Amino acid sequence: MIPTSFDYVRAGSVREALGLLALGDGTKVIAGGHSLLPMMRFRLVQAPKLVDISRLEELRGVQEYKKGLRIGATTTYAELARHPLVRERCPVIAEVAADIADIQVRNRGTIGGSLAHADPASDMPAVMMALDAEFQLRSKKGGRRTARAREFFKGAFVTDMTEEELFTDILVPGMGRNAAVYVSFDSAASGYALAGVCASIGRKRATISDISVAVTGVAEVVFLAGALERMKDTKCDAAVLAAAAKEAVAGLEIAGDVHAPSSYRRHIAEVAIIRAVERAYQRAGA
Amino acid sequence: MERPVTLNINGRSHTVQVEPRALLVHVLRDTLNLTGTHVGCDTSQCGACTVLVDGQAVKSCTTLAVQAEGTRITTIEGLARGDTLHPLQMAFWEKHGLQCGFCTPGMILTAVDFLAQNPDPTDDEIRHAIEGNLCRCTGYQNIVAAIKSAAATLRAGNAGAAA
Repeated sequence: MIPTSFDYVRAGSVREALGLLALGDGTKVIAGGHSLLPMMRFRLVQAPKLVDISRLEELRGVQEYKKGLRIGATTTYAELARHPLVRERCPVIAEVAADIADIQVRNRGTIGGSLAHADPASDMPAVMMALDAEFQLRSKKGGRRTARAREFFKGAFVTDMTEEELFTDILVPGMGRNAAVYVSFDSAASGYALAGVCASIGRKRATISDISVAVTGVAEVVFLAGALERMKDTKCDAAVLAAAAKEAVAGLEIAGDVHAPSSYRRHIAEVAIIRAVERAYQRAGA
Repeated sequence: MERPVTLNINGRSHTVQVEPRALLVHVLRDTLNLTGTHVGCDTSQCGACTVLVDGQAVKSCTTLAVQAEGTRITTIEGLARGDTLHPLQMAFWEKHGLQCGFCTPGMILTAVDFLAQNPDPTDDEIRHAIEGNLCRCTGYQNIVAAIKSAAATLRAGNAGAAA
């Protein structure tokens, strides 16, 4: 199918894009279009106008930010996967980007577009939550605003953003002593995660001094698994980890579908949590 | 509302009247009669519609034609140099990398981008690289062999050019 008819404007500046969004007429932002266009083709989304931000240089690229990274919203997965600064400072982002979908999608799909789209099975929201990243948003009336990743995702395809806001940058803090690993089990058909887990762990010798674990694909929205905090001050004991992983998904309402029943999703979520924590623990000690 | 859009395809400039909602694949096939670019799944999965945009493999069913304005587009029709096939086209022929041929243009264009990034890939890397291209005939074995063979030809060619 083809989308319903719409008008198209290629923004010449961020200011122009913000001005169009401020009209409040349902205008949508397009960059790579790999979330938006499929939905428009299925006519799940209709928009009177698209504003194309993909050629705005100021929204693209990766820079040093304090000890971490500033990532422009329209940076593609392909760019992230091979960016030397990303690989050095925060390898988990490059690793996850390199494994998303396929070459063609990575060439077009942008990190900011995916985060703003907030698919409950996409990988990067879990990474951003585990790393405690911040998102910078701009609007004509409200100016600039920073939203913490951990408070940004409100539901399936629902975020803290208003329709007038533009997602401009991602701020990833320095990893410090922490190391992060992402583990996912993907649907063979769609490639999306049935369960995906990012664990970020800091160690003092053999003891865990800091741990954050975020889970995607399983519930209605990506979430931080608080139960894993009990791993702090332990030496990553297997029995404690197994119990914490079980508890992390125990109370969740998990919908089953044609790809996997609820009980299987719960099981692989536990396995993904255990593997991500174990590997992050190993990596932090390396 | 239709508008004029100028697209550079296979080194030639074409100005076409398109609606903003027109997908690049439809403009290529239906307006410009470049039917080597195929529509398989129509849902961004199968890769049969893959073209190169500024050298990067892209699914033209998930790209608006208006977004491609000002870029350099290469379709399968633009890969050969006159009567001389591209090394990937030769290798697909020689290694029997196709049966019905429907996926072949997309496979080859994806491989062009991939080999530019990774000139000496392992079989495993090749299999990952064509993750976004579905073939329902071959079982992929000969496609992998063809890409590997073309990689060697391209490396030899580049070494020759550098010498």
